[in-house]
Amino acid sequence: MKYFRLIWKNVWRKKIRTSLTILSVFVAFLLFSLLSAFSFAFRGGVDVADAERLIVIHKVSLVNLLPMSYLNRIAATDGVASVTHATWFGGYYQEQRNQFGQFPVDPDAYFAMYPEFNISTEQFEAFKRNRTGAVVGQELATRFDWEVGDRIPIQATIWSRTDGERTWEFDLEGIFSTDDPRGSTAIMLFHYDFLEEARAFAKGTVGWYILRVESGADPVQVAKSVDLLFANSPAETKTSTEAAFAQSFTKQFGNIALIVMLILGAVFFTLLLVSGNTMSQSVRERINELAVLKTLGFGDRTVLGIVLSESIVIMLIGGLLGLGLGWILVQGIAKQMAAFLPGIFLSPGAILGAIGLMIGAGVLAGIFPAVKAMRLTIIEALARA
Amino acid sequence: MSGILARLSGVSRIYQKGKEKVEVLHELDLEIPDGDFVAIMGPSGSGKTTLLNLLGGLDKPTAGTVKVGDAELSSMSNSQLSRWRSNHVGFIFQFYNLLPVLTAHRNVELPLLLTNFSAKERAKRASIALDIVGLGDRAKHYPRELSGGQEQRVAIARAIVSDPSLLLCDEPTGDLDRDTADEILKLLQVLNREHGKTIVMVTHDAQAAEYAKRTLHCDKGTLEAKEAA
Amino acid sequence: MRAINQMLAVTWLNLRNLPQRVGSSFVAVIGVAAVVLVFAAVLSMAQGFERTMITAGADDTAIILRDGATSELTSGMSNEQVLIIADAPGVLKDGDQSVLSAELYVIVDVKKISSNTDANVPFRGVQSGAFEVRKNVKLADGRMFEEGKNEIIVGRAAQQEFVGLETGTTIRFGQSEWQIVGSFEAGGSVSESELWTDVRVLQSAYRRGNSFQSVRVKLQGDSSLEELKAALDADPRINPDVFTEKEYYSGQAQGLTQFIKLIGYPLTILMSIGAIFGALNSMYSSVSVRGKEIATLRALGFGPFSILFSTIVESALLAFVGGIIGGAVAFVVFNGFQVSTLNGPSFSQVVFDFAVTPDLLVDGLKAALVIGAVGGLFPAIRAARLPVAQALREL
Repeated sequence: MKYFRLIWKNVWRKKIRTSLTILSVFVAFLLFSLLSAFSFAFRGGVDVADAERLIVIHKVSLVNLLPMSYLNRIAATDGVASVTHATWFGGYYQEQRNQFGQFPVDPDAYFAMYPEFNISTEQFEAFKRNRTGAVVGQELATRFDWEVGDRIPIQATIWSRTDGERTWEFDLEGIFSTDDPRGSTAIMLFHYDFLEEARAFAKGTVGWYILRVESGADPVQVAKSVDLLFANSPAETKTSTEAAFAQSFTKQFGNIALIVMLILGAVFFTLLLVSGNTMSQSVRERINELAVLKTLGFGDRTVLGIVLSESIVIMLIGGLLGLGLGWILVQGIAKQMAAFLPGIFLSPGAILGAIGLMIGAGVLAGIFPAVKAMRLTIIEALARA
Repeated sequence: MSGILARLSGVSRIYQKGKEKVEVLHELDLEIPDGDFVAIMGPSGSGKTTLLNLLGGLDKPTAGTVKVGDAELSSMSNSQLSRWRSNHVGFIFQFYNLLPVLTAHRNVELPLLLTNFSAKERAKRASIALDIVGLGDRAKHYPRELSGGQEQRVAIARAIVSDPSLLLCDEPTGDLDRDTADEILKLLQVLNREHGKTIVMVTHDAQAAEYAKRTLHCDKGTLEAKEAA
Repeated sequence: MRAINQMLAVTWLNLRNLPQRVGSSFVAVIGVAAVVLVFAAVLSMAQGFERTMITAGADDTAIILRDGATSELTSGMSNEQVLIIADAPGVLKDGDQSVLSAELYVIVDVKKISSNTDANVPFRGVQSGAFEVRKNVKLADGRMFEEGKNEIIVGRAAQQEFVGLETGTTIRFGQSEWQIVGSFEAGGSVSESELWTDVRVLQSAYRRGNSFQSVRVKLQGDSSLEELKAALDADPRINPDVFTEKEYYSGQAQGLTQFIKLIGYPLTILMSIGAIFGALNSMYSSVSVRGKEIATLRALGFGPFSILFSTIVESALLAFVGGIIGGAVAFVVFNGFQVSTLNGPSFSQVVFDFAVTPDLLVDGLKAALVIGAVGGLFPAIRAARLPVAQALREL
């Protein structure tokens, strides 16, 4: 727009003041990107959950185990396309703080259920052939510097072996990855048969079932049918969509989203004060010039627009810089924390929201001074000079 | 083309100051022919600045009409007046009133932003205006880098860049020394005689008034012609 | 002496006409207040959580888990092993009865009142020594559960946080029904987030045979822990981890506390940087507004250092006021506010209060003063160096 030069020059009238204001905006939006990326992680993978996968757990709590016999009964239920199982192994690698998910599974069925996992056919076949074999996700391999062929000892905290040992050793046969940056692969998969054979107790049980709904079937209905199957049995079930299941965890942490919003609220409130102050000082200093613009024929609303644009420009400069740095940092932080808190991600939605905020905050910070400028009577303003 | 450019008929301007009413202009009649260069002198508070404001559409009369060219200013809305001003009037102030954040060239270009001219066209016209006032070589300077006289010339260039028929000057030489003031006044004469601009100049300096074609005295809201000595 | 007088005089003058610069001063104050508020609020979560966990831990109680267990939940012990522990040296005896409680807990789903969504609540089976092996546990209302019956006593905090746990109600977990016959208090510690019943009834209801997860014993005296440890380590039939309860709970609290601090401190630092920019802005503006006054003072003979000093004091004072406001709001709004969250190691809810402690408030004020000092420094230098002649000319 042809007024841009004027707007730009006005923005930089007082270089130090503008720079400091821009820096405040920068910090605010840097915080916004970091906090929203964290908040996203706390949604527990809700956004990557497959709408057609359901999770079946023991009704009393996830910690209780389900009988293996349920597998065929679930498979036979109307609307169920396929079903498989997994169990929480709960061990650690070398030190107690190196905890991550290890799941004994049925390899073919599990990978079919989770097509988003990519693994080379070669590695997968090697894994299937080796009873004590295991595959791990790329994030885990990177974190612990594992290579195919390594022997990985896992200390079990729950599952002691029939031979009394607490250490379970696995041969790393493959490394898998996922294409979705929001998904996490910080897990290890091994053979259920191996667990079953070697564990000292709870034989014939699994932690939970995962089933895929037939296309066209209503997930809610299918979930109800499955739970009905096992109602009034010693091990009642609770079936929910993957998204709901993920959410049930994050909800237990507390209302993280609310906390983040409150913090950001405080940050942006302060930001508006700072920018508002800058804008009103800026207008106060230029009453004369604004009157001259009107004298030259610039309309009241044009003057309003010019002042508002200055405010928005300041927000955009600081905000885009903050968002940019935030984005870079999130990549790094996400990698570092992948095993503890997977899914740290600055979503496109958050970015759009941030830009909207920049414009909104620009308007809010500048509106009072801009209206003042708009309402200026030329004669009074010039007489003041 | 000679004819009457501006006509004030029965113009009064009354201000409300708290409970008091102050009548600054009283049933004034004034005709300004095309091509005129009129100086208006008078003590402060006599209403001469108000008169200028009315002519420029910056103020509206409490009674009477103000007609400049084809426009009846007293009946136009604020936005209409804004548009009219950008095309028909140029203002020159005592304290120049240039935007400090813009170069001389950009300051002169400012009124043209309100037009549909392309950037190239705007730049060309601004350069021409600066040349007319003799400051072509100072185009890239900021106001703070110019002397008082130079700043006023830039202001004049800005006032003529959209080719208005009427120039309104409020104490244009009030802040300048004698020699510089003379230069400015000579420039105004050139604009009047060679470029056909009608000029109304408010001043308290009798010597400045001598550059004009005629002088009017404004006292207590009324005008009187004084014969040139 | 003259220098000090100058400094004080100029400072006093400066502060007296602060009201003229209300706008930008206000901005600086609020900016700092926001930082201290967020700092205190976020870290009071860590403080509160830690306090709840650690309050639970007694020094004179030992907790014994199976070797390698990361928490009670992943531990497992047989009845024989419990008997061995009961007879071990170092265990306090009441007559010829050892003061201990062998325990086991499961996770049950109960809805949180605040969000009406399911939460993992610990349902613990205890023995008769349960109250003695803990500090400050006493019945609050109702009565103790009877052994052998499906009766529960509920921790105070759990009652307040989760749905349907009032004394006198019946609750259903899986196939069995339980009567809530009373509630207990435990000095605000994590035990109050739990449901307790007779361990044998729990074992039977959840098919745990005769197994336990942990044993808590009261220690005889100061050296008893080592005695106990040595004796148990030497015994080949048992392979235990022995801690004081205090140690155990500290360990359990670490994960979440560290995590909150990991978020809270960087967050505060970032916000402080923002506040410093805001303060710098305000102070530069303040200095330029005071331009005439400063020039006049300099012309009158006041040294540049007194100007510098007065500017920094102004900035520090504004920041301090902001710090007090932020801390006060944090205290009033957050202190004592009850929440609950999932604690990783125990995989169950811990109910705790936000604790805005004096330590936190002092730290907040320290941060405020730093912001004030840094935010005032450069403007102060500019003020002190303002060229007198130029400033006077602008009069």
